[in-house]
Parts: sequence; structure tokens; C-alpha cells
Amino acid sequence: MPRQVLEDTLTADSIAADTALAASGDASAFERLYQAHVARVHTLVRRMLNVDEADDVTQDVFIRAWQKLSTFRGEAAFGTWLHRLAVNVVLARRKSVGIERGRFVTDDEPLAGATSKRTTPELSMDFEEALASLPEGARQVFVLHDVEGYRHEEIARMLGVVPGTSKSQLHHARMALRRHLDR
Amino acid sequence: MTDKWTNRLSEYIDGELDSAEQAALEEHLATCGHCYATLGDLRQVVGRAKQLEDRKPTNDLWGGIRAGIARSEPRRHAPVVAKRRFSFSVPQLLAASIALMLMTGSGMWVALHQPSRTVTPDFIAGRETRRPPNVNVNWTRSTDAAIADLQVALDQNENRLDTATVRVVRQNLAIIDRAIADARAALDKDPGNTYLSLHLADTMRRKVELLRRVNDLAARS
Repeated sequence: MPRQVLEDTLTADSIAADTALAASGDASAFERLYQAHVARVHTLVRRMLNVDEADDVTQDVFIRAWQKLSTFRGEAAFGTWLHRLAVNVVLARRKSVGIERGRFVTDDEPLAGATSKRTTPELSMDFEEALASLPEGARQVFVLHDVEGYRHEEIARMLGVVPGTSKSQLHHARMALRRHLDR
Repeated sequence: MTDKWTNRLSEYIDGELDSAEQAALEEHLATCGHCYATLGDLRQVVGRAKQLEDRKPTNDLWGGIRAGIARSEPRRHAPVVAKRRFSFSVPQLLAASIALMLMTGSGMWVALHQPSRTVTPDFIAGRETRRPPNVNVNWTRSTDAAIADLQVALDQNENRLDTATVRVVRQNLAIIDRAIADARAALDKDPGNTYLSLHLADTMRRKVELLRRVNDLAARS
């Protein structure tokens, strides 16, 4: 039996125990949950918003998680619940600062920064950097669909658009990112 | 250069075209080198997205979070009762036994440092209501009955399992039984202790799950 399976089992037990302890007000247990999940949350926030906001929003996510542990019933893994909470915080942030306006490009609008792979020196641009350079709407749909695995219907509900817009944004994002593939 | 099919390539990759559209696009791909090459690129993009790795923040964020949560104590709330799945294998049973031993030891320590609070089956189910302590007795009694039934079934079926598995199962059941006994003994001394009630409920649930798994395994053997 692979050691990883054994470690995963123990990790799941540990997280479940820490979640219960944190729910009863144990800040040390919550810190362990933070250490186990901060990379995933911070990366999601950084990709969905930008690097400048990532630290603040990540802190906000964990503080809200602490406050909302009463709503966690254990139907899903804690990590899944936290991830969904992080997505909600990010989307609320977009609305609160009004950055969603004008960020959804139309089918015919060229993507900013979508330069040709074969004709510019940006060929070696890191894929993460290329992702960060996408327009807000296309980037968020790409992150939610291709990185995080949400379906178009879910994304459409979260972003307040129709599924067709989500599909269109995803295609735009992929077309732009293909120019930054390492070959 | 694009054509009417270029903008459908992502839907094709994601399996979102109907069968007629899919067939038409595949026919087109057989003759259009541009679309064929673009399709390959898009598939690579999708593949790259799945390979992206998470990175920890460069700054330590815990300090700010600690300050934030200190200002906002969490509401006392219903306990987390995770619907966990037990993969039944000998190493995993061993892992479970280790975790149980750790949880039993540390759990008792934590229990002695927790403020008392009454817990009921409704509380366990997520409805934080107060009930008389004898509800606990009824709940554990019905769970005991379920465990007894499962135990009888296991006694009848365990000859279908290999001896190594039976040995590990028995060891784990003994560990769980000790944990249940410890929790009951502690509850006798402190009947209103929430943590102990939860610990007992969770441990009994683990025993039920373990017995069910073993019986399922034996039935398939």
C-alpha cells in the first residue's frame, strides 16, 4: 500500500479533528487548518484577483471561515467548504470595488496582451504571468473552469452571466493562453 | 485565420457539442490544418491548467488572521460530524487505529479543559436545541443495538475474510471499544460535557462504519 494513502488517511483524520476543535473555539487548531490550506486559498485569490490584493483577501477568507464555522456541517471536506467560501469572498470583492464592470469582453473583442507567440519576445512568458495578463472576466472563467473544475452553469450563477458567456470567455482565455505555451 | 469552427473548439474539447455538431467538426478537422493545430494548442492549455501548482504566500499572513479572529470569536455551534468514507484496507485500518488512539488520548485531555455543555442527538444533527440528558441514553441505546446486530453479522461472515484482515479488524474494534468505554466513564463523571458526548457519538459512529465495511467486504469475498 503506498505511503501516500496512509498519510492521506491520517491527514484527513487530523483535519477533521482540527475542524471540530476550531469550531469549539480552538485558535491553535484553526492555525493548523490555515497552514494546511493557505497555499490553495492564496493561489486561488491571486489568480482570480491580482497579486496586490491576494494577502488581504486571503486573510479575509480565513477570518470569515473562523466566523462561519458554525455553517460547516461536514457534508463536504473542510478544504472544499473553505474553497467555496474563498470563491464567494473573491466574487463579493469584485462587486464591492466595482471591477466587474466592463471586464467581460465580447466574442469579437480582442484580448489585451494576447500577442502572437511566434512573433514576439513574450514567448517565454510564464504561464502564470500570461494567465494574470488576461482580462478579468476571461481570467476568472478560466480559473474557475479549467483550474478549479467548476461547470459553466455554476460559473454563470456565480458571476451573474449566462452559460454562453462563460463558454465564450473560456474560449477567449484559452486562445490567448495558447500563445504562451512552452514548446 | 479563423473559420466558423474555430470558436467551437473549446466546446468540442469539453464535450459540449451535440452529436451532429461533433461529427461535423470532426469532418472539418480532417481537412483544416489550422483548426487541427489550434485544437492541439487548446488541449495543451487545458493540460497546463491542470498542472498549475499552488504556492504559499511569501508574507506571513497568520499574524493578521490571529488578530482578526481574536476580535471575532466564532459562534458556538453545532459540531462538525463529517460523513467520512472508510477505505477498507489493512494499512488504512492501522492508520485508523493510530488516529483513534491519538484522538482518545488527546480527546480526554481536551475534554478536561472544556467548559460543560449539553449535547443531544438533535445537536449532533445540527439543530442546537436543549434536551434532557436521558436523550443521550436513548440515542446510545439504539446505536448499541445497531452495533450488536452488525457484530452478529460479522461473527457469521468473518470466516470469509483472510486471517490477517480479521486480526486487524479485531484489534481495531478493541481500540474503538476501549475509546467508547473511556468516553462513557468520563461522561458518567461529567454528563454535561459536550466534547465527551461528541467524542462518544463519533467513536460509536466509527464502530458502526467499520462493522458495515467489514460486513460489506465479507459479503463480496
